[in-house]
Amino acid sequence: MPDVITSDGSVRQDDWVIVPTPAEGESLVVPPEPALIPAGLWLAGKEHYEGRDDIGVWLDSHEEPEMLAGVVNELPVIAVNFPKFSDGRGYSIARLLRERLNYRNELRAVGDVLLDQLQFMKRCGFDTYVLRADKDINKAARCLNFFTQGYQAATDTDIPLFRRRA
Amino acid sequence: MYVYDEHDRQIAAERVAQFRDQTERALAGELREDEFLPLRLQNGLYVQRLAPMLRIAVPYGMLRSAQLRRLARITRDYDKGYAHFTTRQNVQLNWPAIEDVPDILAELAEVEMHANQTSGNCIRNTTTDQFSGVQADEITDPRPYCEIIRQWSTFHPEFAFLPRKFKVAVNASEHTDRAAIQVHDIGLQMVRNEQGELGFRVHVGGGLGRTPMVGPVIREFLPEHDLLTYLEAVLRVYNRYGRRDNKFKARIKILVKALTPEGFAAKVEDEWSHIKDSPTRLTDEAINRFKGYFTEPDYQQVPDVTETLATQRFENREFDQWIAHNVDAHKKPGYAIVTLTMKKTGTPPGDVSDRQLEQIADLADQYSFGEVRVTHQQNVVLADVRKDQLFELWQSITPMGFATANLNTLTDVICCPGGDYCALANAKSIPVAEAIQRQFDDMDYLYDIGNIDLNISGCMNACGHHHVGNIGVLGVDKKGEEFYQISLGGSSHHDAAIGKILGPSFARDDMPEVIQKIINVYVDHRTEEEPFLDTYRRIGIEPFKERVYA
Ligand code: SF4
Repeated sequence: MPDVITSDGSVRQDDWVIVPTPAEGESLVVPPEPALIPAGLWLAGKEHYEGRDDIGVWLDSHEEPEMLAGVVNELPVIAVNFPKFSDGRGYSIARLLRERLNYRNELRAVGDVLLDQLQFMKRCGFDTYVLRADKDINKAARCLNFFTQGYQAATDTDIPLFRRRA
Repeated sequence: MYVYDEHDRQIAAERVAQFRDQTERALAGELREDEFLPLRLQNGLYVQRLAPMLRIAVPYGMLRSAQLRRLARITRDYDKGYAHFTTRQNVQLNWPAIEDVPDILAELAEVEMHANQTSGNCIRNTTTDQFSGVQADEITDPRPYCEIIRQWSTFHPEFAFLPRKFKVAVNASEHTDRAAIQVHDIGLQMVRNEQGELGFRVHVGGGLGRTPMVGPVIREFLPEHDLLTYLEAVLRVYNRYGRRDNKFKARIKILVKALTPEGFAAKVEDEWSHIKDSPTRLTDEAINRFKGYFTEPDYQQVPDVTETLATQRFENREFDQWIAHNVDAHKKPGYAIVTLTMKKTGTPPGDVSDRQLEQIADLADQYSFGEVRVTHQQNVVLADVRKDQLFELWQSITPMGFATANLNTLTDVICCPGGDYCALANAKSIPVAEAIQRQFDDMDYLYDIGNIDLNISGCMNACGHHHVGNIGVLGVDKKGEEFYQISLGGSSHHDAAIGKILGPSFARDDMPEVIQKIINVYVDHRTEEEPFLDTYRRIGIEPFKERVYA
């Protein structure tokens, strides 16, 4: 069971598993437990999962969140994969899911998720984080809270500092 | 100039605490080198050939005397007693110890300075014209907008891991472009539309480096209030679609080229249509608040000294030349803009000692309301000097080495640190600059050949902006030996152009003579009053080739 960090820095456990994209010629096997499946495959076979409330999706960093327009809130969890921590596309994907597609449920950062990127993820609308296993989960709260405010609007606040100053 | 309020101070202090924590974790082995790398780069710390370097931000080039004194003290306490002005209006320390960097950043924060985002794949320091606010032909003072961009881009959570570095420059002069905006990732030219409203013409995708390009215009008029939402749209398109598979193809210019400027503009407009009315849209109140930091200093009624100056110039030839070259017209009667040149032959361009930093601070206090500006040509500007104090100022700066009257001439070389300091270099650049300065040490001759931009880079990364030099010099490696390739016809001004390569490269020892031959061709062909670049454009590259490779 993965340890999951929440935006206040506390740690909880849950049992969402990530189902990778099947290799060429193989088909998707959805496990009985709560599962995050590739977003494109979920879209293609959406009707199969209607009986289950424990199926979510994951998006890779090169994928377009727009494909989920209109149906995002049917999903209890959307995960965004960071293949490498220096791949910053996931931040834009998160903001688009939240601010453009109005996604309201859980948004999870997975993949190469390190401590020093948590603050950016939080501001872009993620609310849970699965830290890379070798990193010290006890430092997450500290790393999420170095800053008490930011200059610009993002998902966490739509009021930029220049409007708060007046 | 901008002064921090409690928000800025808090954010700056929190940043220092964060980097202290990150550095401790890195030194304790909790962060791998590749994980610490972007964190330290975004705090200005990068490791070069000989030692770590710390690049300190000088937002759009503005410095107060107290900040200069603090920089001087830092170079003494943590470094070898000198600093380097870079080609992007920043200041660099050459030998800080990694473990001292958090303390240095804390000392900088005390005087409202930082090293945020001076390196790394993020939005870098915004640059502008060093004569902002004091020149006559200006649409408006661009500095409030630069500060608005600085704050918006500081720790922007969406854009901390872009495909590559990202540089923005703003220009507001109608007839000159001292900020080289067309060779930036985003170049903003301030304009007024037919209704007299303020806004920006937006260039995107200019740049130097491996694939030099002049940035095409993607929007003719962007109203000032829309500045940040539009920048956010450009950055979002770039963050999503810029190439990440190949470092050399990751700059926004490659994306703009692949999509075509029209295609890129359409994507930006589409993205922008969703966010243009968000609270990030600037308000009049906010813009005016920023403008309030850049009001005019307390200018005095200066007695008319036209005659005295004329006499002083007549009696003293060197003073006359200094006025002619290093002093520019000011919008206020009785005042002048003075450029202190940091290009004395024998000193690497842009290098200053701790003592010189303090001298500059004293000069600023005494002659220019306590402020200076750093230029991308690696010089320092006193923007508000009383004309009746020019002679006295000139006398005091001559022994300091700041009065070399070569501004904008061939020996006012822009030069990157090159192989003497930089790990990426193919060749040394500083000795080439020096050899050329020695070749052209006759000031009368130098003035006769007029304004010529000579830019030198030690490798393809083009920190010395060689592509846009009227004469560009690029260090190349030929089977382990240092050679130099020359290009002609570049310009970083309104008529921006990328120079054309002259032909096969030269050994270092041949460089002064090669440059001499190029100048000789110009002198032979020029018509009266014709500057080098115009002659080149008229006669083309062939006559230069023939002479140089004869
Ligand atoms: S141009 Fe090359 S050699 Fe010169 S400072 Fe930049 S990276 Fe170093």
